[in-house]
Amino acid sequence: MNTSTVELPDWLEIVVIPLLNIILALFCAGLIILAIGENPIEAVGIMLKGAFGYDEAVGYTLYYTTNFIFTGLAVAIAFHANLFNIGGEGQAYFAGLGIALVVLTLDQYLPALLLIPLAIAAAALFGSLWAFIPAWLQAYRGSHIVITTIMFNFIAASLMVYLLVNVLIQPGSMSPETREFATTAWLPFMHEFLALFGVTVTRTPLNLSFFLALLCCLITWIYIWKTRWGYALRTAGQSEAAAVYAGIKPKRIIITAMCLSGALAGLVAVNELMGVHHRLLLNFTAGYGFTGIAVSLMGRNHPVGIILASLLFGILYQGGAELAFELPKITREMVVAIQGLIILFSGALALMLRPWVVRVYLLMRPSAINAAAS
Amino acid sequence: MTNHPVNGGESSPPIAIELQGISKRFGNVRANQDIDLVVQRGTIHGIVGENGAGKSTLMSILYGFYQADSGAILIDGVPTKIYSSHDAIDAGIGMVHQHFMLVETFSVLENVILGAEQGALLKAGISNARQTLQHLADEYQLSVPLDQPTGQLPVGQQQRTEILKALYRNAEILILDEPTGVLTPQEADQLFRVLRTLREKGVTVILITHKLREIMDVTDNVSVLRLGTMVSTQRTADTSMEQLAELMVGRKLESQTFAKADPVDATIGLEAHNVSLHGSKGLTELDNINLQVRHGEIVGVAGVAGNGQSALLEVLSGIVTPTAGHLVINGRTVSASEPMDPAQMREAGLHHVPEDRLRLGLIKSFTAAESALLGYHTREKFNWRVLLKLNLIRETCKRLMQAFDVRPQDPALKSASFSGGNQQKLILARELDKAPSVLLVGQPTRGVDIGAIELIHDKLIEMRDNGCAVLLVSVELDEIMALSDRIVVMFGGRIVGEVNGANANKTELGLMMANAMDDVA
Repeated sequence: MNTSTVELPDWLEIVVIPLLNIILALFCAGLIILAIGENPIEAVGIMLKGAFGYDEAVGYTLYYTTNFIFTGLAVAIAFHANLFNIGGEGQAYFAGLGIALVVLTLDQYLPALLLIPLAIAAAALFGSLWAFIPAWLQAYRGSHIVITTIMFNFIAASLMVYLLVNVLIQPGSMSPETREFATTAWLPFMHEFLALFGVTVTRTPLNLSFFLALLCCLITWIYIWKTRWGYALRTAGQSEAAAVYAGIKPKRIIITAMCLSGALAGLVAVNELMGVHHRLLLNFTAGYGFTGIAVSLMGRNHPVGIILASLLFGILYQGGAELAFELPKITREMVVAIQGLIILFSGALALMLRPWVVRVYLLMRPSAINAAAS
Repeated sequence: MTNHPVNGGESSPPIAIELQGISKRFGNVRANQDIDLVVQRGTIHGIVGENGAGKSTLMSILYGFYQADSGAILIDGVPTKIYSSHDAIDAGIGMVHQHFMLVETFSVLENVILGAEQGALLKAGISNARQTLQHLADEYQLSVPLDQPTGQLPVGQQQRTEILKALYRNAEILILDEPTGVLTPQEADQLFRVLRTLREKGVTVILITHKLREIMDVTDNVSVLRLGTMVSTQRTADTSMEQLAELMVGRKLESQTFAKADPVDATIGLEAHNVSLHGSKGLTELDNINLQVRHGEIVGVAGVAGNGQSALLEVLSGIVTPTAGHLVINGRTVSASEPMDPAQMREAGLHHVPEDRLRLGLIKSFTAAESALLGYHTREKFNWRVLLKLNLIRETCKRLMQAFDVRPQDPALKSASFSGGNQQKLILARELDKAPSVLLVGQPTRGVDIGAIELIHDKLIEMRDNGCAVLLVSVELDEIMALSDRIVVMFGGRIVGEVNGANANKTELGLMMANAMDDVA
């Protein structure tokens, strides 16, 4: 029986299946932890405490979450147009250049209220520019977007090394970084922001771009499901032939979807450079672009799902760091392996459990099979 | 298990298949209810019924795609469990699907042995298979060029390949699902000759079709399914088309006849001048097409599927730009240098009900309301520049559903969940609602049940009487003849003939469709 055609209610699709995937991944991770002689229950405890246990931990968790929301949304919006954007990493990296160029040129002249929006716009613009080229190649030259976006990650990386080592490096400095941005280009930290309301929290990298991320979720949701552009994008993503029939130009959709995707990925640079590092530096993207793929898959390409999946990965990053610190037998690499398991089960094997869920569902609710039969 | 007396006596004919009390539910839909069926060995047994009557489900159960909830299958009197098509093949059942399951780049021979290769190395298997096939082809008069890629063969020969595939797997019971849908009347006749030969050699044939004339022509016995139950099984000789139609629908059908229109003086809605379309591989898909459709007439395009009708619709609707020649649509010229896309065509008053409704006409994963918007999301009526007027879109969909009796009337239901007929009614409703001045209609009743066909035909005639210029493309000759005021016939990307709708006759059209007029004249 072909279970892939059976429609499941949203709560099963969005909540239960991802949850089962995580449980399965944690179970496998538990076996590994057991194998190296540590107590898995204790490890999970440390991890959760490390991610939520105190306000500093929460700050770090949400700071990672912010990055994952941006890259997850980026993958999702491209996915709705049936495009697989693997280039989030490069787009975010290149967006950093946009921020640096705007800020380094203008931070002496413009007030924060002008400079910050301008720099955010530059990040989005540069991110989408880096996605535009593969999109154009896909639309008009038929080069496969997966291949080109991967290659553009490498090009971005090489380009940034060149620029940071030879062009943008702070004169007299040994490390390939730009000079520090003027404070007018700094996004306020969350602890500073909350202090305005009399709430005192520990200093963490969490900054206001977290709100920007949530805003992007809302805008993406409206764009995809409530606007005519989103309608066209989904139509082209579902069936190119139907799009042409409807008078929609699939090539244009490819370009728009990828540019939006690149812009969202580019906002990672806002969080990292304007929010935390306050300078352009090497490899600030740290793999967030790639993790975005897993986030989006796990979040079923829906903004709400992406927020939840981002939170999970935030927990993994922050709690994992704590775990490596607390349990000496569990090394940093071990934590990466656990993260890898989660990505494996909820990304690559996301639909592995679906046939069983469908069968159980049909046993409980036989009326659901109508659609599959016709 | 009931104790069934095995019917092997000399006096009564042996039974090839017996179904006892087969029931299958899909949720609250009873696809098959307590179906009993006896098929005698060496007969051609027809199964008729409307879409959704349960024919496909029943055959899928017999061929192992589904398992029945209850009931038993007896093959040659032996209770048999069929869990997969593999089991079915082992039990001697072969199936020729409506859509062929052939690898087009493989030769006939390779297709036949696919899945029955007899070992890891092909060589020995192939030479064995060649002998066996030659033998089969001779025995059943099923000649097919064994070494030609199936994709290059005419449809009739591809179908023979499918039959050979089944026979090669020692099928003694052959199920054919709507086998004549893609054939010319002449090819269909050949197929029936083959089926009769098979019967003479003792093969049992089950023929699923909705064409009652074929049932009358070729079958020995006929069973009628309606709403999942078996309403009658009788000798074909004892029944008539009218009776079968009544049994299928459950009520008396008024035969639809429409007065022909002849609007000589009306303005021309759609015109094609020397239109050609050359495909990317140098293939000529359309060759010098000249065509006029006046307001207030229906021009039918007859032809065997795959002779350029699809390309014609694509060019006329703006999906593809013609490589040569030009179109005139309500006075506006369209050519390679002045192309118009489907959106602009709609603005010019030309609307299109596409022949492939699942690929073009709607989006399966969209809700009915979203599919009812397809092609019109940029209309001012449906958006405030950026945001869609979702309430209005839903209300519009509901209104369309009411007007065209689309069931279930739920705009939030996924488009894929509707039956073919209801999907088609929704698409038709969407396009007709925009008051087209030119309407292209492709295969309006393909896979649509009789009740819906009536409604669709009535609506098309109504459009014509309101002064719409209608171009109707269909592989159903009966439909073309019933509706069209003029009929053009396509073959090999060309228009090979034109006849007046009022005095068209089937033989003549059939010969034109096969481009065999000269041979007769």
